[in-house]
Amino acid sequence: MAITSPERVWWKPADKQEKTWITIAIIWCVILTIMMPLMHIIGKQNPSSEPLKISPMNFGKLANEFIDKYKVGEEQGIPVVHPPEGSDVYLVGKMWSWSPILELEAGKRYKLHISSMDLMHGFSLQPLVTNFQILPGHDNILNITPTTPGVYHIICNEFCGIGHHTMVGKIIVK
Amino acid sequence: MEYGKDFRTCSVTGLKVHLPAQNLITINAVTSVVFLLVGGLMALLILLTRWPAVHLLPADLFYRFLTLHAIAMLVAWIIFFEIAGLYFGAAVLLNSRLAAPKTAWLAYLLMLGGAAMVAVEILRGRADVMFTSYVPLQASPAYYLGVILFAVGALIGCGVFFGTIVIARSEKTYTGSIPLVTFGLMAAAIIAVFTLACGAIIYIPTFLWSIGIISHIDPGIYRLVFWGFGHASQQINVCAMVACWYLLGALTVGAKPLNEKICRSAFVLYILFINLASEHHLLTDPTLSSAHKVANTSYFMYAAVLASLIHAMAIPAAVEVAQRKKGFTRGLFEWLVKAPWKEPGFSALIFSLLMFGFLGGITGVVIGTEQISIRAHNTWMITGHFHGTVVGGTTLAFMGTAYYLIPLITRKQLVGKSLASIQPFVFGIGITLLSVGMMTAGTLGVPRRHWDITFADSLFPFSFDPSVLMFVSLAAVGGILAAVGGAMFVGVSVSTLLFGKKMA
Repeated sequence: MAITSPERVWWKPADKQEKTWITIAIIWCVILTIMMPLMHIIGKQNPSSEPLKISPMNFGKLANEFIDKYKVGEEQGIPVVHPPEGSDVYLVGKMWSWSPILELEAGKRYKLHISSMDLMHGFSLQPLVTNFQILPGHDNILNITPTTPGVYHIICNEFCGIGHHTMVGKIIVK
Repeated sequence: MEYGKDFRTCSVTGLKVHLPAQNLITINAVTSVVFLLVGGLMALLILLTRWPAVHLLPADLFYRFLTLHAIAMLVAWIIFFEIAGLYFGAAVLLNSRLAAPKTAWLAYLLMLGGAAMVAVEILRGRADVMFTSYVPLQASPAYYLGVILFAVGALIGCGVFFGTIVIARSEKTYTGSIPLVTFGLMAAAIIAVFTLACGAIIYIPTFLWSIGIISHIDPGIYRLVFWGFGHASQQINVCAMVACWYLLGALTVGAKPLNEKICRSAFVLYILFINLASEHHLLTDPTLSSAHKVANTSYFMYAAVLASLIHAMAIPAAVEVAQRKKGFTRGLFEWLVKAPWKEPGFSALIFSLLMFGFLGGITGVVIGTEQISIRAHNTWMITGHFHGTVVGGTTLAFMGTAYYLIPLITRKQLVGKSLASIQPFVFGIGITLLSVGMMTAGTLGVPRRHWDITFADSLFPFSFDPSVLMFVSLAAVGGILAAVGGAMFVGVSVSTLLFGKKMA
């Protein structure tokens, strides 16, 4: 039994059924192992692959310049910006808002930079359920091409203090 | 024998039981059940808050109790019970004396003191930081100190376990190799050393930061090292749980591992590979290169998955063979139908095995891939996944083990055996509904650690697909059922300790 010492010599070859199962399991693990890099290459969605450290102060400065340059309006005190195709787009998470509201155009490419001014936040795009961890001091860079027009919401899904559940932002795709 | 006066012979198993070890096993097990009670109460309160139909607690208490729930369960209940299990696996199963009982008491006091400090700091509202306490969100220095003391205590406990094995070997209290259960526990203890070292590496600087000696901790580094502790501690649980599965198979149907070589090799795979997979937590982080992410979460992780697949066959196979030897040979499934389903240890084993595998394990492998992690990261999917592994798997296996450990160690008859025999069903079905509800709602976007998924106070109105409410309610109903099952377990084990009839 498993609670007593095994017989003297227990290093014995496996039975046929055991060998079959282990072979199947190994083949399955090999398939999974191949799929991981393969999906990275042939898949259309990958997480950020450009690690970049940037202080919250510098990121805030870049974001403010970006907002000043492309601002087209304001909603509930949050600026609305309409950046041109191919530009660097900045999104700032801070307790407890996402700023600015982004107006993007379907079918055009943007380089999205997301970072935090204070604590960690969770970028969670709804209703697509697309989530990224946002860290102060690090720029989460994503190359995106919106495909479907509509209003998308960004909720926060990393705990960031007592107002965490009120943190909602917007992306409008035209 | 030299240490004769400190021993008794167990009337059930014939094993020699070292009395100081017996006291230490009892106190660690009792403490773990107390924390299970605290954590379970918190579970009920936070669940009733997340259910929009009830929305019980105010936001501050919700986040506070959520922090306490995780600490009480993941840290205190599970690790106190594991320490009891380690002492049992080393001293009792090997017929040995426990190494350095006084040091083991020191370990216990450090763990208790640490856990109490953490709990008090949380309840005083000085550590609303969640289990992960991600910097730069800051808790009080006493909170970090409590975690450090607890980890040091647990590390000493592992040392006592290793020492006991050395003593048993040199005093020849057993012949040949150590039993498989002890081997599995040893794998858990080895992983624990790595895990607690990671805990020290991250919590000590964080403590120094909280008292102002260090000015800055990089959040990216924090997440990397923290998960070396946070996820790796779940790997201790996996190992200890699998050891409990073998133990329960042996106790309830006399199952004998078919091939010791294969079972033991699988444990070695856990030791070598399971910790490296902890980095799947960082898949959507902006801090690592893609090559790094792909390597650490593909072949390293799948080598550990292979080990689980091996146990997934070895344990049911051992049960089947033992049952067939008893004469249950008709058809394909007589061995299973005529199994001792009234034995709480057996039903706990089967439920734990199924839930760990199908609810926790498979989902874990799926969401641990680079692209699907984008869909699942920080949603309730994650919470559903680990309630399948840690609650459905580990906790239920430990509950099943406790029904045998408590009478064997305290020599008291189990009070409420009939209640105990339905408890794994109630708890198992409850956690299954909870886990499935959480995972489905999470797939639809519901975030984890969130007070108000109706977003009533937010700047911009937002609401989920209405079907989300149905799955949240499913999770709530399952959670309440699981709480009833948990209360039954606490009721049986506490009544046994207090009122159990003394066995000869």
